[in-house]
Amino acid sequence: MKISLHVNSRPVEAEVEPRLLLVHFLRERLRLTGTHIGCDTSQCGACTVHLDGCAVKSCTLLAVQADGCEVITIEGLAPEGTLHPLQAAFQEHHALQCGFCTPGIVMVAHGLLGRDSAPGEAEIRAALEGNRCRCTGYQNIVDAIRCACERVREGT
Amino acid sequence: MIPAAFEYLRPRSLEEAVACLLQREPGTAAILAGGMSLIPAMKLRLARPATLVDIVRLRGLAGIVRSAEHLRIGALTTHAALGGAPELARYPVFAETAGVVADPQIRHRGTLGGSLAYAHPAADWPAVFLALQGEAQLFGPQGRRSVPAEDFFTGIFETTIGAGEILTEIRFPSVRERSGAAYSRMCLQASGMALVGVAAQIMLDAEGRIDHASIGVTGVNAVPFRARSLEMRLRGVLPAAAALRDLCATGIPEAEPLSDPHAAADYRLQMLRIHAERALGRAFERARAAVPGLGYSAPVTRDGEPVVRP
Ligand SMILES: Cc1cc2nc3c(=O)[nH]c(=O)nc-3n(C[C@H](O)[C@H](O)[C@H](O)COP(=O)(O)OP(=O)(O)OC[C@H]3O[C@@H](n4cnc5c(N)ncnc54)[C@H](O)[C@@H]3O)c2cc1C
Ligand code: FES
Ligand code: FES
Repeated sequence: MKISLHVNSRPVEAEVEPRLLLVHFLRERLRLTGTHIGCDTSQCGACTVHLDGCAVKSCTLLAVQADGCEVITIEGLAPEGTLHPLQAAFQEHHALQCGFCTPGIVMVAHGLLGRDSAPGEAEIRAALEGNRCRCTGYQNIVDAIRCACERVREGT
Repeated sequence: MIPAAFEYLRPRSLEEAVACLLQREPGTAAILAGGMSLIPAMKLRLARPATLVDIVRLRGLAGIVRSAEHLRIGALTTHAALGGAPELARYPVFAETAGVVADPQIRHRGTLGGSLAYAHPAADWPAVFLALQGEAQLFGPQGRRSVPAEDFFTGIFETTIGAGEILTEIRFPSVRERSGAAYSRMCLQASGMALVGVAAQIMLDAEGRIDHASIGVTGVNAVPFRARSLEMRLRGVLPAAAALRDLCATGIPEAEPLSDPHAAADYRLQMLRIHAERALGRAFERARAAVPGLGYSAPVTRDGEPVVRP
């Protein structure tokens, strides 16, 4: 089936099998390997991308379901060679160790930032309910997200 | 994990969707809504539909409409939409339930209709559907029909939805004065699904006694059910915390709890009583808060205590 969509604001057209998962389409066909596959069972959130502005798990979506939609992946957050304030804050706060969960968590945080410019710790933790990190213990992730929200709010 | 190959259809109307289902061999075509239950099952090859009929883009199947008699929720309304809808301000049980279903990413895609149609024995919405005395609106080859919640679930992963039928809308009676509803559950940490979930709706009379209660239970039996005998015993009761606790402790004879590696049957029964008490307590608080006008004094126990714990 032929699909056409926007990925990171660029138009994409492709012929795909209906059973192709969105995450495989992104990683294997478009070579956007920043989106990870952690569990492959809809639990861990490593595969989170934005579909028409909502954070979704791309391992639980067919590429054909994204036909006509706007997909944003971790690669689309900031221009090549630069960091989004969230990415910079993750680096500074040591909010990642192995980094496997990070793209998904940053995408969720990006969605949260779009809805609420001053989320408290409880809101941040609730937003991360669908993401697992096996390394960090979450505290630094929460700190990084809070710091990035502050910076975006203050425009620094 | 990759699903088995299938044909993918995206009909442009309900009629066309029904035709797609009917033109295929019985049992080989499946409706695709949010895909949050179906796609994981297909990836594990627990489900291998030969055809998927994607209805997500059909107009008019998502959204919330309130009228004098009914609250109508389109089958494709997502968990996330139910969690934040201003139209549901007087129905806090929806946000309360939506907030515990799965996680934010799943809630952005998964739908109320999909959850009911899937009929997972531990899904959350079936309890609310039963307690609020909803009706499923179905559209199919014979036209439209309406099925009350109590007749909807027929087995584990089985409902009354027939060949070629599509769940289009879930309809609830409009909220009445002096009524309130709540959902309380205990979940399995690993899967996030309910071990026991209880939704309760209470309507009070002018003196603050229970005029009518309806209680939906999920996660306990193979099929979600109404706790009819407890509902009967609640009638006319001044819902003091102690009274609710005592009544819940007398048991829920409809429960035929499953024993599985997650919980033994008697543990499930005990949790059922506790969550029934909590759901009823919160439903009562909301019913009391919904009493309009002045001159209504909240019921107190014989010792003069407020009847529900804060
Ligand atoms: C990680 C994870 C955690 C979850 N946790 C919970 C939880 O805590 N509580 C809970 O209740 N659920 C939970 N779920 C399930 C979730 O709520 C699903 O969204 C929901 O059960 C299915 O809705 P859907 O729209 O995605 O349906 P789909 O997956 O698209 O469909 C499910 C089934 O219903 C049929 N169907 C769907 N819509 C219709 C319709 N309109 N008419 C006729 N048939 C239809 C389909 O053919 C299919 O058989 C979880 C799911 C995941 C992946
Ligand atoms: S890989 Fe999609 S949720 Fe884990
Ligand atoms: S940093 Fe290793 S899983 Fe999160």
